[in-house]
Amino acid sequence: MFELLGVSPQALFGQLLLGLINGAFYAMLSLGLAVIFGMLNVVNFAHGALYMTGAFVAWLLLEFLGVGYWPALLIAPLAVAVLGIAIERTMLRWLYKLDHLYGLLLTFGLALIVEGLFRNEYGSSGQPYQIPETLQGGQNLGFMFLPNYRAWVVVASLAICLGTWYTIERTKLGAYLRAATENPALVQAFGINVPRLLTFTYAGGVALAALAGVMAAPMVNVSPQMGSSLIIIVFAVVVIGGMGSILGSIVTGFGLGVIEGLTKVFFPEASNTVIFVIMAIVLLIKPAGLFGRAA
Amino acid sequence: MKTKLMAAAAAVALSIGGAQAQQWSDGTIKIGVMNDMSGLYADLTGIGSVIAARLAVEDFKAAQKGMKVEIVGADHQNKPDVGSGIVRKWIDEDKVDVIVDVPTSSVALAVNEIVREKNKVFLISGAAASDLTGAKCSPNTVHWTYDTWALANGTGKAIVKTGGDTWFFLTADYAFGHALERDTAAVVEKNGGKVVGKVRHPFPGQDFSSFLLQAQNSKAKIIGLANAGGDTINSIKQAAEFGIVKGGQNLAGLLVFISDVKAIGLQTAQGLIFTEAWYWDTNDVNRKFAERFSAAHPKKVYPSMIHAGVYSAVTHYLKALEQTKSDADGKAVVAKMKSMPTDDPLFGKGTIREDGRKIHDMYLFEVKKPAESKGPWDLYKLRATIPAAEAFRPLAEGGCPLVKK
Repeated sequence: MFELLGVSPQALFGQLLLGLINGAFYAMLSLGLAVIFGMLNVVNFAHGALYMTGAFVAWLLLEFLGVGYWPALLIAPLAVAVLGIAIERTMLRWLYKLDHLYGLLLTFGLALIVEGLFRNEYGSSGQPYQIPETLQGGQNLGFMFLPNYRAWVVVASLAICLGTWYTIERTKLGAYLRAATENPALVQAFGINVPRLLTFTYAGGVALAALAGVMAAPMVNVSPQMGSSLIIIVFAVVVIGGMGSILGSIVTGFGLGVIEGLTKVFFPEASNTVIFVIMAIVLLIKPAGLFGRAA
Repeated sequence: MKTKLMAAAAAVALSIGGAQAQQWSDGTIKIGVMNDMSGLYADLTGIGSVIAARLAVEDFKAAQKGMKVEIVGADHQNKPDVGSGIVRKWIDEDKVDVIVDVPTSSVALAVNEIVREKNKVFLISGAAASDLTGAKCSPNTVHWTYDTWALANGTGKAIVKTGGDTWFFLTADYAFGHALERDTAAVVEKNGGKVVGKVRHPFPGQDFSSFLLQAQNSKAKIIGLANAGGDTINSIKQAAEFGIVKGGQNLAGLLVFISDVKAIGLQTAQGLIFTEAWYWDTNDVNRKFAERFSAAHPKKVYPSMIHAGVYSAVTHYLKALEQTKSDADGKAVVAKMKSMPTDDPLFGKGTIREDGRKIHDMYLFEVKKPAESKGPWDLYKLRATIPAAEAFRPLAEGGCPLVKK
């Protein structure tokens, strides 16, 4: 049997799998960011706050209306999408022609406001949210105990990521979208409502964030800070994958989850920084990101 | 971004009485409550500590005794530089006489030095580091509610004695976590237990599954959580998910507050054992205080042990001022506080030691099962009382320079 630096292969498989599960969250969040940046040219700093909003909507549904996890998976993203439409229509729309910095500042401000509102209303220590009945318990895989809920999360998010990639890269709607990014005037001339297309793209991107939030709710503490601690890592993932590259964000999301997981075994103290070290190296060698096209 | 001073909202001026014999610097006794008003610790300290101080002043009937007391509050954002700036301004410009609460040990250690330099009074309820009455002790400081040594001692000893003799630590990778791990490991080993491993996790963390898996593989009977707040909540929540307790291992929360248990929920937190200095549902006086506190709190939360500590500390401070008749010399006020036995409704009778350590009973609690809980804040049951004489680090072991050998 081989042993690596005192870690048994069983333990190593376990950690790889856990890394993949965390990677699923990075992928889902960075995917939304990449779609929004690719199509709207907006660096959406409010993404973490909207992820948190998704988790809170799920909690509110359960707490006040008795609506459980499964309906929340649909309702919370829809609710956040409506919020996204309002943001895009009333604020973001006016910034498309300006420098990226304006969109970044606006969404950063929005993130602080949304977080502040939730903290003011529900406090900072967070709210409990249980794993749904049907997914409680887990499987003993021999090398580790895999909770059923985590298995569901990794399968579901993989399906969502691939579905989004397929929609944008392989369908007619996706083709319109991509065309509208390249040359909005021309696409408009063909009779397609470009502003509406962009509104729905933003709504779709933030709905993905909310969906990730609902999926995270049973695993992490549902608190106003839950988004801000994740958003920086997710931005690093997007930068490494290549700003706006959809496949890039999915692959790097999962890949970095695994690398981070391994760091947690061999050098746990560095597990929060390893992603940024990789980001720095990638920026030095390939500034457009691993999957990005040089501008 | 964050409101720096909440003085306007929090200030409570109580009217001037008659007696003029007392010498209050600038005519007012000014209490500055500084803590985390908007971040991670806002629920267990925050505006609640301002309310607790206000209730203490009311109950003391300061106005009737001719003492004009004013309370101001501020947010240190858990940053030592921000906290130091506020305290300097408070003392130099706003004539604040006593600084109260100050969670987050790094901020408390910084404030400790400023208050000593300016010869004011520092009453700590929120901060945990036992260094505040050890190597860093000050003649101007009283450490009221709890410290890392007391938590480690209470929880560590109780668990080793009931068979939990092999430990694995999940430690937040900064000064507080290291101190808590160090103090607990010493208690475990002293009582015949063994530390089989540890992992230092980045602070703050979101996903602890990888570290929990390492803890699981260590086969230790007890997994000690040397972290706080959101990190503890997520560790416990994810440990339940990975079937750690069902698999026969147990968790030991080394710093758990009532707001954490509320956030985890009884379903997941049930059975968790930990040490605290105060809980609202132990007698009628405490229950009544909890109701008053909750009614005054904007979020209607129940008081944490930190809030109760603020109430108790402010009460004793005012009693000492009644004797000294002056608030000008901080060192003299603290010396007076140490010479008088403490006695207040929430903490009962106690003493303050030479090194600034307030001595009282500590309690070992267990989180109730959902079926045992009768209300949203009915969360703990008492497992054991740790008598005051055993609850805190012996005077000689702290290394405080104020203590004559």
